[in-house]
Amino acid sequence: MSEHFDILVVGAGPAGIAAAVSAAAAGKRVGLADDNPAPGGQIWRSGTFQPAAARRWLARLNAAPLVRLQGWRIFDSPQRGTLRAERNSDCRDLCYEQLILATGARERFLPFPGWTLPNVMGAGGLDAMVRGGLPIAGKRVVVAGTGPLLLAVAAHLARRGAKVVAVCEQAPLRRIVPLTAALLGEPAKLLQGIAYGVAARGARFFTGCWPIAVNGREKLESVTLQRNRKHWDVGCDYLACGFHLVPNLELPALLGCRIENGFVVADDLQRTSVADVFCAGEPTGIGGVELALLEGQVAGLAAAGRTAEAEKLARRRKRQGFVHALRTASVLDPQLGKLASDTTIVCRCEDVPFAALREHANWRDAKLHTRCGMGPCQGRICGTAAEFLFGWSAASVQSSIRPPVFPALVSSLGASAKETCQSDGLPSAGASTGSQKEIL
Amino acid sequence: MSDRWDVVVVGAGIVGAACALECASRGLRTAIVEGRGIGGGATAAGMGHIVVMDDSPAQMALTHYSQTLWQELSDRLPRDVEYEPCGTLWVASDEEEMQEVHRKSALYATAGIATAILDSQMLADAEPHLRKPLAGALLVPSDAVLYPPCAAGYLLREALRLGARLYAPRTVLSAQAGKARLDDGSELQAARIVHACGADAAELLPGLPIRKRKGHLVITDRYPGFVRHQLVELGYLKSAHSLTADSVAFNVQPRRTGQVLIGSSRQYNTEGPAVDAQILSSMIERAQWYLPEIGALSAIRAWTGFRAATPDKLPLIGPWPEDDSLFLATGHEGLGITTSLGTARILVDHLLGEQTKIPIEPYLPSRFARSEAHA
Ligand SMILES: Cc1cc2nc3c(=O)[nH]c(=O)nc-3n(C[C@H](O)[C@H](O)[C@H](O)COP(=O)(O)OP(=O)(O)OC[C@H]3O[C@@H](n4cnc5c(N)ncnc54)[C@H](O)[C@@H]3O)c2cc1C
Repeated sequence: MSEHFDILVVGAGPAGIAAAVSAAAAGKRVGLADDNPAPGGQIWRSGTFQPAAARRWLARLNAAPLVRLQGWRIFDSPQRGTLRAERNSDCRDLCYEQLILATGARERFLPFPGWTLPNVMGAGGLDAMVRGGLPIAGKRVVVAGTGPLLLAVAAHLARRGAKVVAVCEQAPLRRIVPLTAALLGEPAKLLQGIAYGVAARGARFFTGCWPIAVNGREKLESVTLQRNRKHWDVGCDYLACGFHLVPNLELPALLGCRIENGFVVADDLQRTSVADVFCAGEPTGIGGVELALLEGQVAGLAAAGRTAEAEKLARRRKRQGFVHALRTASVLDPQLGKLASDTTIVCRCEDVPFAALREHANWRDAKLHTRCGMGPCQGRICGTAAEFLFGWSAASVQSSIRPPVFPALVSSLGASAKETCQSDGLPSAGASTGSQKEIL
Repeated sequence: MSDRWDVVVVGAGIVGAACALECASRGLRTAIVEGRGIGGGATAAGMGHIVVMDDSPAQMALTHYSQTLWQELSDRLPRDVEYEPCGTLWVASDEEEMQEVHRKSALYATAGIATAILDSQMLADAEPHLRKPLAGALLVPSDAVLYPPCAAGYLLREALRLGARLYAPRTVLSAQAGKARLDDGSELQAARIVHACGADAAELLPGLPIRKRKGHLVITDRYPGFVRHQLVELGYLKSAHSLTADSVAFNVQPRRTGQVLIGSSRQYNTEGPAVDAQILSSMIERAQWYLPEIGALSAIRAWTGFRAATPDKLPLIGPWPEDDSLFLATGHEGLGITTSLGTARILVDHLLGEQTKIPIEPYLPSRFARSEAHA
């Protein structure tokens, strides 16, 4: 089955919502696809953090005449002008004239002894499970790592009745407050208010502090924290961690968009190196909510042919001096790369320990000989970790991107694209399977 | 700067690694040069089916010889090589293909290879997920599967343990007259240079009759027991080996991890490694015809690789007539994982002037030098 759009937007976070709403307002037939059942992206979905801007944009989204493809995960581009999506076991081809990629970012995990024990989770992951009904009231939670999500998650969990015993931010305070404020689109004061709010519910807020080990037999019992060369144990039921954000580059890479220094290259109008493909938000640089909204609007207008308006907005971006936030390398303390012991598992899908990876010269060798990154997560977790741990520049998935960019049913991957979207009007070449007739 | 060796092997795919090990274990001072990663070429892409094939008597001789060498080695293979003697089921969908089962069975018997003929019901019992009814199958229990990059890694480590020296990552820019020039400006001198560059062979030796033949594979998440043997359609001989057209064939493998590896395709005249949606779709359609439930498994990766194909579907093993120092070990098409061990054995026997266990003549590169290079 297939659907046709003038403009297809992938990703329903702030950038994607702004793009879809702007393009729909320009009268185009717009589709907005996201693998999550609810719009809002990492930042807004939780409902914890819905500043005025979020409520405004979500309202506009609800009012906009566009097709919402919520819960559809895009895993392939079987031909030019077509993306293939799957939901549960349904498969659909989404055809477009113009495409806007607003695929956002995900949390980075770093391995340290014990991190694979049950109840050690991603900060965003625990947040989502609590929203999904995981009882958290009265549970002791340590939130640790670095980046804008930590405080938001801690605040949410505290509101749900969790006993947040510690929030550990790896970066020094002077660096993290402006960064977090920028990424969440919140003034620093408000943010500090939230920090105090979490603190008022009994949490201790540490900066320059991180977990060095998780202790427990069957599951997490306590976490060892380190700050200024001091170690101490904190008993807890959950450890929620995340080490900043990494952009989701699978789709831009699959479509052949130029990627430099780990981000998609886009011009003032958010055009990528591939004709008719735009990119907005975190994949072009971790820049936070306000910048994502602006880039989304620019992309939506530009894709809809409203070039003058798009250019005007793009100029505002320059005037206001938006910049992409610090690169991850300068955000993560190098000591975080040294926490894993020889036996610490780096690739959870394939059970590959740190020592097995260290022998190899690059990501591809390590992958081939240890199976690291060969499991269902396709290296999303261990690849980004390895990039930081070993400085393997090609560790990110973009170096060897191939369909399916997410696991998909064999039948979905194999469905023929022949009859669906004929973007260039030519019949597809197809494999000659003449010899099959002899057998079938 | 220049180093002297008895043998320099160019390329550390499974064929080069096997040659280096064979040289080192026969006491030759051996160097091996690899431009990318160990087993990172076709070897990384291959299915790792250790299989006896009977397209021609020469193909059967080399695959059978190699298969027994793998069997002898199997006890020593480390775990990560994932050697599984699961056997092959050649699946017959109709009576015509059943005749092929009988023909094959008789032929294998003359070579001393035990097989079993399965009727429709026995096949259904052996592989419950296959479509029903199928006509039957030929079981070749001595066939096996393994994980090729780690197999190449193991052979190479053994060679190094016996004194061979690895130059990597180093690309050989030219190899002739007993000299191999590397990309760092250094030169290796050797009495013999073994050219094991796989599908890239013609880059170093223009004029070699080798073409790249692209293949696609898909691997699923873990479903232990979904299939139990390597399953190959008997249309394989008719379709996959037709030398001209693009083709797909049903070829499915159980991995020790419980993953299911789905093959395969063959295409000429495509140089890029990109996954081709149409080929993938025909290949999967074919697999679904035989295994109707395979569509419901989760596919986690797809990839492509290039086989080094020769006009007569036999590899090039032995001296290159135009350069006394040069030996070839390439052109293994879709069987190089299997035939790596046999290739190494007969190549080194020949190089040392010893009797080869099977006749080397059908694989000698001179068969092309005479008819083509000098034409
Ligand atoms: C899809 C597919 C499925 C297959 N399935 C099977 C199967 O089930 N069973 C089977 O037996 N076979 C199978 N094969 C075939 C098998 O993979 C190959 O025949 C085999 O890997 C060839 O090994 P090789 O060492 O000759 O080549 P390669 O593995 O390609 O190794 C050549 C090496 O030489 C290096 N090199 C090249 N030029 C230079 C240079 N100038 N300097 C330095 N290094 C150089 C390359 O980097 C490379 O590592 C399959 C192949 C494909 C593509």
